[in-house]
Amino acid sequence: MQINAISIAGLSFAYQGVDVLRDITCAIPTGDYVGVVGPNGSGKSTLMRCLLGLNRVERGEISLFGVPLATFSDWHRIGYLPQGLQLFNPNFPATVEEVVRLGRLAGKRFPRRFDKGDTTAVDKSLELMGIASIRKRLIGELSGGLRQRALLARALVNEPEILILDEPTTALDPDTRENFYKLLHDLNTERGTTVLLVTHDSSTVGLYASRLLYLDKRIVFYGTFQEFCSSSDMTGLFGHQNQHLICRRH
Amino acid sequence: MGIADILQFAFFQRALLAGTLIAVLCSVLGIFLVLRRLSLIGDGLAHVTFGSVALALLFRFQSVYTSIAAIPAVLLSAIGILKIAEKARIYGDAAIGIVSSLGIACGILLASLAGGFNVDLFSYLFGNILSISREELIVTAVLFVVVLLTVAFLYNELFAITFDEELATTSGIRVGLANNVLVLLTALTVVLAMKVVGIMLISALLILPAVSALQLARGFRTAMFLSVCLGVVSVVGGIFGSFLLNLPTGATIIIFSFILFMAASLLKRARG
Repeated sequence: MQINAISIAGLSFAYQGVDVLRDITCAIPTGDYVGVVGPNGSGKSTLMRCLLGLNRVERGEISLFGVPLATFSDWHRIGYLPQGLQLFNPNFPATVEEVVRLGRLAGKRFPRRFDKGDTTAVDKSLELMGIASIRKRLIGELSGGLRQRALLARALVNEPEILILDEPTTALDPDTRENFYKLLHDLNTERGTTVLLVTHDSSTVGLYASRLLYLDKRIVFYGTFQEFCSSSDMTGLFGHQNQHLICRRH
Repeated sequence: MGIADILQFAFFQRALLAGTLIAVLCSVLGIFLVLRRLSLIGDGLAHVTFGSVALALLFRFQSVYTSIAAIPAVLLSAIGILKIAEKARIYGDAAIGIVSSLGIACGILLASLAGGFNVDLFSYLFGNILSISREELIVTAVLFVVVLLTVAFLYNELFAITFDEELATTSGIRVGLANNVLVLLTALTVVLAMKVVGIMLISALLILPAVSALQLARGFRTAMFLSVCLGVVSVVGGIFGSFLLNLPTGATIIIFSFILFMAASLLKRARG
C-alpha cells in the first residue's frame, strides 16, 4: 500500500479567536503536484505553516509520510520555500553558499557538523539553480529573484521528497517565473518530488500542477484539473469565465 | 614608564588576560544578538546585575562572591525576558525594558538600604578591571571555557536561528531551546563583563565590536572573526590607554571601540 506524502484529517485552526481553517481533510499522494489557490485570507499560507509545524495545530491531525507531525523528525525529506524571509535583514552577512548549506542541518543530529558530503550537495544545488557563480555574494546584496533562487537552492539541497512553496514567484520577473515553474515541473516528473505550490496565479497553475486544492477557509474543491474543469458544481460556484480561466491552459 | 614596565605588574597581566577573554565572549555573542535584534538584552541584564550586586554589597560579600552571587538572578532574568515576550505577546525590546527597569529599581532600593552608593558599587557601575583579583580571573577563565564551548557546539544552530527562525524550525532545530541557550550565555557573559566596563557600559561591549565587524564582513564566519579581533583590540587598547593616561578603564575601552566602529564605517563607505 502506498503511503500518502501528506495526510490531513479534520484540521481546524483559529488565530486570536478567528477561524482561519475549518475541518480540512485531504490526502496528497506521493509524486503529486498540487496547486493551492484561493482568495486572500483563505488560509493557504496558514495550511502550509501547519504542515511545517510553524503553527501549532489545535484540532485535527497531520501526518507526513504516515508519521504524525508531533513525532516527525525527518525534516530533510521536506523542502520549504517561503514567500519571503520572516524578518529579513538586508545587511545579514551570510553568503549564498552559507545560506544553502544551512539547509543541510535538517538531516543531522547533535552536534550538527558539516562534512564533504554537504559541500558536494551544496555545489550540486547551486549548479541546479544556476547560481554557482554568485556563491560568495552576500544574500542581502541579491535582487529579489536571485534571492528566491538561493532560497530554493537551500530548499532543494537535501533532494527533498516533498517541496512546499508559498507564493514563491512574487518577486520574480515573467521569464524567471516561467523557468521557475519549468524547474518545479522537472523536479516533479523526473525526481518524483511531491510539490505543494501556493499561488495567487490561478490562471497558470494548471499548466504544471496535476491537482487543484481550492481553499476558502475550508476545502472548496480538491481533485484533478479534469474533474474541476468538467464539474458543473464548480461552474455554478465560479462562473463559466473564472472556471475557463483556470482550465484554459491545462 | 614603558609598555614593557607596565606588563611586569601582576594586576595589569590579570586585567589584560581577563579583558581579552571577556572581549572574545562579548564579540562572539554580540554578532548573534545584534543580528537577532536583541542588542539591548545586555543592557537589561546588566541592570539586573546592578540589583544583585547591591544585594551582595548589602550583605558585605567579598568581591569574587559578588559576581558569583549575581549569576542566578541574571540567568533567571534572561529566561524571564524570553517568557514575558512569549507569554504576554509583546516585542522583545519591551520585555527587556520591563526586566531592566525592575533590576534598576531593586538595585536602588537595596543600595539605599545599604546606606547609599559607595565606592564598591561605583566600581561595578563603571568597571574597574585593573582591580581584578586572581580568584576573579579563575572564575572568568572557567566561565569563558563554558560559554565558548557551548557556542562552538551549537554554532550551526545559532547561525540558523539568527538567519531565520522559521527556516530553522523547518530544519528540525529546536528554536526555543537555542534561544534560551543564547540568552543564558549572554547572562553569564554580562556578569563577567561588569568588572571590565561596568554595568552602565556592558551593552556597548556586546554591540560595538559586532556592528563594526558587520560593516566589513562578507560572510558569517568572517563577521565573527572580525568582531573578536575588534573586541580584543578595543579592550587591550582601552586598558593600556586608561593606564597610561590615567583615565577610567571601562569608559576608555568603549571610546576605543567607538573609534574602531567609526573607522570601519568609513572603510565601508570608501569601499563603496
